[in-house]
Amino acid sequence: MPHIDLPEGMPGISAGFNFRPEVAKPMRELAHVLLHDANSLTPGERELIATYVSSQNDCHFCQSSHGAAAACHLGDPSIVDKVKADFLTAPVSDKLKALMAIAGKVRQDGKLVTAADVEAARKLGATDIEIHDTVLIAAAFCMYNRYVDGLGTWQPDNPEMYAQMGQHLASEGYTAPSIRQPVPTD
Amino acid sequence: MPHIALPPGHIGIRGAMAFRPETARPLNDLVEVLLTGPSTLSKGERELIATYVSSLNCTHFCASVHGMIAAAHLGGDEALVRQVKTDFTQANISPKLKALLVIAGKVQNDGKLVTPADVEAARNLGATDIEIHDTVLIAAAFCMYNRYVDGLGTEQPDDEALYRERGRRTARDGYVTTSREYLGDQASPAPAAH
Repeated sequence: MPHIDLPEGMPGISAGFNFRPEVAKPMRELAHVLLHDANSLTPGERELIATYVSSQNDCHFCQSSHGAAAACHLGDPSIVDKVKADFLTAPVSDKLKALMAIAGKVRQDGKLVTAADVEAARKLGATDIEIHDTVLIAAAFCMYNRYVDGLGTWQPDNPEMYAQMGQHLASEGYTAPSIRQPVPTD
Repeated sequence: MPHIALPPGHIGIRGAMAFRPETARPLNDLVEVLLTGPSTLSKGERELIATYVSSLNCTHFCASVHGMIAAAHLGGDEALVRQVKTDFTQANISPKLKALLVIAGKVQNDGKLVTPADVEAARNLGATDIEIHDTVLIAAAFCMYNRYVDGLGTEQPDDEALYRERGRRTARDGYVTTSREYLGDQASPAPAAH
């Protein structure tokens, strides 16, 4: 039960965005630049970072929707489960593992990131922009996760809904809503 | 010493934003709406929420500059800002703002900690749904800005006068307009006057 009078049938962040369109616009644009626009990190890699952080923050809606987007980009849902369980043994590049180590520290507290963490990522080929974007993706999902949880939004357990969202997010990105009408609540 | 090659001469988030104008634009647009847009919470109250959360996250740059922006909106009352950082329950602010700061403090830790009783307490003191929404999002957003500033190892000088000067300017001109100092033409268009 949401803490405030959010529109019914709108899951997770879509309820907050419908309630307050003025903030939805920059929050959508930020996600679009970070996760969808052209980048030397693939959209699948960036969605994995977002999913990992959301999973560590235990935010059901965000880890499910971004996990579905990552699975869509990567064509393999099992990678998502492996990253959530233990990214060190997941079938992803060593560079992405080094970036996830940085993301995990930012999730706890940005001050935990050390020069050695950054050097390790750089030695595996990470560029300054990739390191910057990893830090900001992790930081941004500490916002999105808290927003979704802090309003007490409805976060259904509906794999089909998340799969559809994931397809939309993977193909269209974040500037247009992936939830356009209320979802049945039964 | 920043972890990546940020443009020199810009402190805190300004260095990070100058490095990546594409993300700076929505980051500035969001803070502009939340802290300076039309609201039944005063700008001073909203800056106090941002300052309190930044102080809980121990992010020196954000706690300092938003504290000075808050003070500028509150008639220069830096003692009040210090009291909010130390123990807001004893500060000379409204009971409603105290109830909203309780919610903000829980969001800073984990959004799931906010209870119906916390929200009911704020509502009984006059808080509206939009005020509760914005409190949650200000707290959540500063968990992002703080981690961004700390996670890149940005320069966060220990210079109260510098933050006071910056705070006055941002309180007067807002976030998008001041972002032109480091983004130039790549800044968002100036928002409508408010």
